[in-house]
Amino acid sequence: MPTSQAVVDEHAHEHPELLHHFATAGQQKNAASLGMWLFLAQEVMFFGGLFCAYLVYRYKYFADFGSASQQLDIRLGTTNTVVLICSSLTVVLAIRAVQLGKRMALVFWLVATILLGLAFLGIKADEYAEKFEKHHVPGASFSYHELLPGQQRFPEAERQYANPHHAEMFFSLYFAMTGMHALHMVIGVGLFGYLAYKGWRGKYTPAYYTPIENAGLYWHFVDIVWIYLFGLLYLIDRHR
Amino acid sequence: MFGHFPLWPESASTAAGNVDALYIFLLLVSGIMTTLIFTVLTIFAVRFRKQKGQRAVQIEGSHHLEITWSIIPFCVMMVFYIWGAVIFFQERTPPQDATEVYTVAKQWMWKFEHQGGQREINELHVPVGRDVKMIMTSQDVIHSFFVPAFRLKQDVLPGRYTTLWFRATKPGTYHLFCSQYCGTQHSGMIGWIVVMEPRDYEAWMSGGSGNQPLAVTGEKLFSELGCVTCHRSDTQGRGPNLVGVFGKRVLLEDGRTVTADENYIRESILEPGAKIVQGFKPVMPTFQGQVDDEQLNALIEYVKSLAAPQSGRSANTSPAAGASPQL
Amino acid sequence: MATTDGPDFGERENYLNAGHGLKSWLLTVDHKRIALLYLISITFFFFIGGFFALLIRLELLTPVGELVQSDTYNKLFTMHGQVMVFFFVIPGVPAVLGNFLMPLMIGAKDLAFPRINLLSWYLYVIGGIFMMYTILNGGVDTGWTFYTPLSTEFLKTNVISAALGIFVAGFSSILTGLNFIVTIHRMRAPGMTWNRLPLFVWAHYATSIIQVLGTPVVAITIVLVALERLFHLGVFNPALGGDPLLFQHLFWFYSHPAVYIMILPSMGIISEIVCCFSRKRIFGYTAMTLAVVGIAVIGFLVWAHHMFVAGISIYAALIFSLLSYFVAVPSAIKVFNWTATMYKGSITYQTPMLYAFGFIGLFTIGGLTGLFLACLGVDPHVHDTYFVIAHFHYIMVGGMVMAYLGGMHFWWPKISGRMYPEGWGKLAALIVFIGFNLTFFPQFILGYMGMPRRYHSYPAEFQILNVLSTAGATILAVGYLLPMVYFTWSMRYGKPAPANPWNAAGLEWQTHSPPPTFNFDEQPIVTWEAYNYDEIGEVPEKEREEVPVAH
Repeated sequence: MPTSQAVVDEHAHEHPELLHHFATAGQQKNAASLGMWLFLAQEVMFFGGLFCAYLVYRYKYFADFGSASQQLDIRLGTTNTVVLICSSLTVVLAIRAVQLGKRMALVFWLVATILLGLAFLGIKADEYAEKFEKHHVPGASFSYHELLPGQQRFPEAERQYANPHHAEMFFSLYFAMTGMHALHMVIGVGLFGYLAYKGWRGKYTPAYYTPIENAGLYWHFVDIVWIYLFGLLYLIDRHR
Repeated sequence: MFGHFPLWPESASTAAGNVDALYIFLLLVSGIMTTLIFTVLTIFAVRFRKQKGQRAVQIEGSHHLEITWSIIPFCVMMVFYIWGAVIFFQERTPPQDATEVYTVAKQWMWKFEHQGGQREINELHVPVGRDVKMIMTSQDVIHSFFVPAFRLKQDVLPGRYTTLWFRATKPGTYHLFCSQYCGTQHSGMIGWIVVMEPRDYEAWMSGGSGNQPLAVTGEKLFSELGCVTCHRSDTQGRGPNLVGVFGKRVLLEDGRTVTADENYIRESILEPGAKIVQGFKPVMPTFQGQVDDEQLNALIEYVKSLAAPQSGRSANTSPAAGASPQL
Repeated sequence: MATTDGPDFGERENYLNAGHGLKSWLLTVDHKRIALLYLISITFFFFIGGFFALLIRLELLTPVGELVQSDTYNKLFTMHGQVMVFFFVIPGVPAVLGNFLMPLMIGAKDLAFPRINLLSWYLYVIGGIFMMYTILNGGVDTGWTFYTPLSTEFLKTNVISAALGIFVAGFSSILTGLNFIVTIHRMRAPGMTWNRLPLFVWAHYATSIIQVLGTPVVAITIVLVALERLFHLGVFNPALGGDPLLFQHLFWFYSHPAVYIMILPSMGIISEIVCCFSRKRIFGYTAMTLAVVGIAVIGFLVWAHHMFVAGISIYAALIFSLLSYFVAVPSAIKVFNWTATMYKGSITYQTPMLYAFGFIGLFTIGGLTGLFLACLGVDPHVHDTYFVIAHFHYIMVGGMVMAYLGGMHFWWPKISGRMYPEGWGKLAALIVFIGFNLTFFPQFILGYMGMPRRYHSYPAEFQILNVLSTAGATILAVGYLLPMVYFTWSMRYGKPAPANPWNAAGLEWQTHSPPPTFNFDEQPIVTWEAYNYDEIGEVPEKEREEVPVAH
């Protein structure tokens, strides 16, 4: 068995990206993949805490949450969902491009992903602004006077209004969950910016594109989180 | 410092005896286990110390031993578990006819109110040999009602009621501690439980300046706040008839059934929209901010006193308590 | 295959002399150097937390608070808990010994992600800076458990900076765990199968799973507490419809598995020491590996045993009590297996072995008292009293700290290339054992008598036990100071260590003391089982001379 130094020298020649403490490029790639999956596992637990809080209060304040949910703009939310799903597609196309050795296509699809991500964030900012104007941001200036779902069918004098505290709970969770998600998206956009630059410089080849793949995993995860958020925050009472 | 050097707390409740018995059993088993391991370790340390010419014997393991020393400790632990669970269940099931004491905890004092209207701060008088149930809430942060001599504690939460019941067995004065860290004066939020012979207790209850029974205070509030306009004792009211409702199962308009306990009454006053009784409209206004914890306690006590004629909730034992008012 | 190494490390390249200057240390990616960076920072925080403990014990000499104000006392126990838990006990063994030894033990050149390893340290330091800011800017007095609504609505102290410090340190923990898992999966030397891994590695594997899956939950909980304070959200505030019990569930969901993060690595250390100083393979290797993984898994299912009197339902309490008994079984198995390993062994009593004996005894007591707390009949009485404090200090101090010290002595020759003075080592171990028991055993009695925890002043009848406890604490402090002095002394004046002074099994002993930067001169290929003491045999007389006999 050759000494480790000789192995390293040989591989360094073939695989300039091989780090010194790995024996083969395959080992390095496997390690990076496993690392990213573990990171995503901890992200699931991280968001899980928020989802847990949401579940508890959705159960406790069922109708009030329905009322508050109706205050969100379903068109913007749906648009954002479509935007994110498309951005996951562009990520996959970027990976396909680098697998085929197409450097400019890689950069193109990464930039497309970034633009879609920024579009999402822009729409989100617009939604937040609207919530601010309607005093639905939790805190000192919060005010809420809306009907519970389905109350329109009763005569005016008997209509029941949502409890403002419970509606505020919904919005607290809304901002915490979408805010945390948006933060993850900002990090993702930054990451893709860096990768697009490096990709343009020719760093990624069919032999080595692990960072693109792992960043793609991260982005898909962020997308999946949004899909759950969309359902739980926007869609819970639209059937009426 | 050396004058009084106790190593065991006093026992002053029926629970204390049970808890001590289980604790001593745990001590015995733990003591045996510890002694066993210490002894074996010492014997091995001496017997198998390095000696010239002797080599260690490599032993891979033993399935039989592993299984044995897993199953036997597990079975012993199950005894701990079941015995403990039984005691816990008893401790958490207040008897039906317990005397009730409302407790409001706040930073950093204990406020008690007996059904007869007597109020105490940081000191609670109870009769020996009778079941007492504490109905407790906090005005601010989480506190915990702890009486070591009774071997009982229960956290006291803001926004809801928790309960603790006991039967004192020995007259005397016993420490009351707050045992959930609650800020600056946490260690100053202490007091005394004064357990008295029944005769002394009756004397104490009727002393003091004409306390109004809690239920009567509640009745006055019920009228002043306008509750009586909707919650009539017939079927004509816009709100449900409250006579006999306490402790019963209530059918809600969304199909759920809940028990009308203290937490339910409290919620109905502060957040009436949370649970609407079937057949009624959601028109009750909220009284959040208009009633404090003590007033809520009085209202709840009043509702409890509205016994249905035949079933008759058990009357208070204190002679100073008023008779159930008739609407 | 034991290679003895002459004391020529001054000329041979090793990780200590491979680069000089601050930059070579602060920008290192060598897991061994990062381990030393952690050693320094963790020791620093141990001093801080220990200092707070000393003040607490001094205050508790008298029933009435005379030394400090109530608010100050509340800050002391809060910061003692936060610093010790998040900046000493949780990172302690994995970040120092785990970082240093794990790649060596599996025959790897480094961890899977060396730069993330360095990032972990920097996150720890940043978290530590937030913590120091909190301490110096007036402290925090929430209790280390941060219960709401006290911490969110009623306190005006530095809650957010403390929360931030713990949050950032939490990510240090997560990344360390992630690094370890990938390393163990992907970086083992040829021939190093899972069943040949040292138990130290298995213990860190199980710990890392908890770090990765549990820590994020407390992270988001802390974020919510901070948001609640900043924006008055009401998620945990009953006045706004929130539920304080939700906080407790989320908090304990991590904080209970966290105690297994604290103890599992220590159990790994004890396995290594017991085998070496009994000259025997471990009794029941498979049972031991199943036990650590079992503890990690079941440990996630028992959190609400901290909440039996908090207001949860009877049925929830019944379930969590039962599960808590389940988790006790694998711990018991480990104690039995260590004891059985000594049977027909060939035992010597160097300092690491003394700490191991101490660990087994004290962990037994600590673990048994856990059974008291899991018991629904007893817990309502002893919850939130000194009984709980005694229980967890038996495990964390009698357990973790003793194992950590035992490990530091065991691997000191490998880390520093020097031997520590054996006589002083034994003396310190004895002082620690005596001081520890005197400090904490009286607290069991205090707890059953009803002295609540977090009490600044207490009824006079509790005084004598408190005085005993404080006396013990002073002795314990001496016991801790001694190793700091003689370890430092040994770095310059200690006898140079051979590669394998204990003639121990394990790949880490097959390389130089201290190791070269890339760990091994040649890639090891493993063809033997862990703890192959049958092949290694006794310590030959010749090599025994190399080990300092007396100081």
